[in-house]
Amino acid sequence: MSGASTYVPKNPVLRWFESRLPVVGLVHSSFVVFPNPRNLNYFWTFGGILAFMLVCQIVTGVVLAMHYTPEATLAFASVEHIMRDVNYGWMLRYIHANGASMFFIAVYVHIARGMYYGSYKAPREVLWILGLIIFLLMMATAFMGYVLPWGQMSFWGAKVITSLFSAIPVVGDAITVWLWGGYSVGNATLNRFFSLHYLMPFMIAGVVVLHIWALHVPGSNNPVGVEVKSKKDTLPFHPYFTVKDGLALSVFMVFFAYFVFFIPNYLGHSDNYIEANPLVTPAHIVPEWYFLPYYAMLRAVPSKLGGVCALFGSILILAFMPWLDTSRIRSSNFRPIYRAFLFVFFADVFVLGYCGSQEPQGAIVLVSQVATAWYFIHLLLITPAMGFFETPRQLPASITEAVLGPRMAGGSGAFAAARTAASPSVDG
Amino acid sequence: MTSFAKSMLLATTLTLGLAGAAAAQEAENPLPPMEHWAFSGPFGTYDTAQLQRGYQVYRQVCSNCHAAKFLSFRNLAEAGGPQFSDSQVKALAATFKVQDGPDDSGNMYDRPGRPSDPFPSPFANEQAARAANGGAYPPDMSTLAKARSFERGGLWFLLEPFSQYQNEGPDYIHALLNGYKDDPPAGVKIPDGKYYNEYFPGHAISMPPPLSDGLVDYSDGSPKTTAQYSKDVAAYLQWMAEPKLDQRKQTGFKAVIFLAVFAGLLFVLKHRIWAGVKDASGTASAGSMPLTDPKPRA
Ligand code: HEC
Ligand code: HEM
Repeated sequence: MSGASTYVPKNPVLRWFESRLPVVGLVHSSFVVFPNPRNLNYFWTFGGILAFMLVCQIVTGVVLAMHYTPEATLAFASVEHIMRDVNYGWMLRYIHANGASMFFIAVYVHIARGMYYGSYKAPREVLWILGLIIFLLMMATAFMGYVLPWGQMSFWGAKVITSLFSAIPVVGDAITVWLWGGYSVGNATLNRFFSLHYLMPFMIAGVVVLHIWALHVPGSNNPVGVEVKSKKDTLPFHPYFTVKDGLALSVFMVFFAYFVFFIPNYLGHSDNYIEANPLVTPAHIVPEWYFLPYYAMLRAVPSKLGGVCALFGSILILAFMPWLDTSRIRSSNFRPIYRAFLFVFFADVFVLGYCGSQEPQGAIVLVSQVATAWYFIHLLLITPAMGFFETPRQLPASITEAVLGPRMAGGSGAFAAARTAASPSVDG
Repeated sequence: MTSFAKSMLLATTLTLGLAGAAAAQEAENPLPPMEHWAFSGPFGTYDTAQLQRGYQVYRQVCSNCHAAKFLSFRNLAEAGGPQFSDSQVKALAATFKVQDGPDDSGNMYDRPGRPSDPFPSPFANEQAARAANGGAYPPDMSTLAKARSFERGGLWFLLEPFSQYQNEGPDYIHALLNGYKDDPPAGVKIPDGKYYNEYFPGHAISMPPPLSDGLVDYSDGSPKTTAQYSKDVAAYLQWMAEPKLDQRKQTGFKAVIFLAVFAGLLFVLKHRIWAGVKDASGTASAGSMPLTDPKPRA
């Protein structure tokens, strides 16, 4: 996507077209000859998996929308109609419902990969922030989608989350009523959520284009975090990475299919098979699993406004990672102490997820408070401090050297030079 | 689940030291026992004869109070269900009274049911249903088996994806139907018009014990006992909630096998293409030629 393409198609019709709109050349330079670091591991295949999941959600979603009725007294029945009477409707719905979970599994792996290998550092800050925007849009889309089947959890989940806005001082209540389109979650809410649920995936698709554009300017980061220095460090996207991404995607699809066909309701909540009833509050209101860590943070803070700030702050703060992380070394493979802290951080998020699924009482409250505090301590204190205190391990001079060993890459002189160039802020 | 799978699961749980968590919960509200169901596990399918018996129990007992508004009579003939013949469905639909109309003079009228009709509700509206049931509403049965769940506690939830245990609903319904006790434990007060049930949350349920031995006449020689009725009707409720289970698993096998073979082929292809090229691990891929400086095909 960067720079003018010199690609000339062989087919005369395509050549005619290409000289007027160079779109084939765009694809050719972005996905055929595009040079990728040769040492990318399988964590780099999740970007392709995410692109697939977005398309999968859009395709199944558009077909579901042909049979779905966004009206409060009919929505639940229309979903049951899809499950019972529409040909392979059960499959469409189970793919779409589990697909949302798969989408989140993939995005969490993708984000964790970025954090571990320092992919957010210069010159990829804009790329990272665009990714977080996609993540936020995904969360909004999935939240509104979950409201559509209009079961008990749909209704009460929507009620709890939209009520959060009432914590905003002065204008909070007015905003909540405006969001609902009434004085409670109701038909108006369902209608607008359907409209937005249809719209947002296409907004995501737009930001994905920017995300890939921003990726193709500096190119991919890689497991050693040393920039590409020569052609030897790279391999063309096709066939090397098309086949590698394809392999990872098909293994991921086996995993996905296992959920869809054998345990389709495992990730869902049984209360969502009870039609929404504003008069009956479910015993435990819990969001979908992918929101549980945030839900735990929300409840960990004793004040409502404080909880809301923790919830949104926990994501916003990630946008500042490029500046919070003061180390010049990208890959955690070369940062032994930071790496240990990072694993603790990932474990912390799992602990938060577990707390979010439990009743907020007894030890759970304390654990979620400690885990919430740790989340922020890690990002705001440990991460910046680490760049000053940690002595990183020696970086290889180049990607080729990391892969083939110094002998093949041409001597140890380059090794030492590159090491000092890559880490001027720390003692070598 | 087979008893083998069951004991495997139990063994795993014990080694994980989770039994303690499960037992702790038991004291308060006992966990419904894990029953053996024909439809459980990756190979499970509905037992047609059981669904037919279950329909009989549903028809003669439960449908007097519970509606099933998302089902039509025609569903009873469909593959993966009780699979009554078309003429049987016609006959059994006709045993229901269905309101139709308005006719030419503007009046509603009753007629016998047809296969295309949805199951009629036993009560005109929710208020009527509550009035007849001591203020409690008998929930619609269409999705009931998928709408009831319980947690075994601890980290059980991490094992369920592997055991494919998905039967909280039927296990709970089965336990509920067998969970009535004439004498509540000392100190527990059950209000008038309610019944003590071990498994119902809070224990005081408004549904009178619906089953008793000999209540429904089976013609296939199955025992006419509450134990048998409750299993059959719970299986039937599971079918009502998840009528496409058989089709789902069959399609699933095809999909998973296709995808696995496809992934296998891509695995071979990937190693062919990457042969001789060292990657992240620093080692050349399997089937590689002796290492020379790789030439990217740009
Ligand atoms: C006399 C009317 C009546 C009959 C007959 C009846 N039920 Fe019920 N059922 C009720 C009522 C009323 C409730 C609501 C109980 C409550 O909420 O306290 C109920 C609730 C239930 C529940 C839900 C319990 C829960 O967890 O909320 C199940 C399951 C159930 N019935 C199964 C059955 C089955 C199976 C049959 C047939 C074998 C049956 N019922 C027959 C009246 C009836
Ligand atoms: C970013 C992509 C998307 C995500 C993450 C997503 C997520 C979800 C979720 C979680 C549900 C609830 C599923 C359930 O429990 O039943 C849902 C339902 C639904 N979605 Fe989407 N969705 C996406 C894209 C789309 C698109 C593009 C459409 C097109 C109109 C769509 C249409 C629907 C419809 C009609 C339902 C209601 C039917 C049902 O509940 O199964 N979705 N979505």
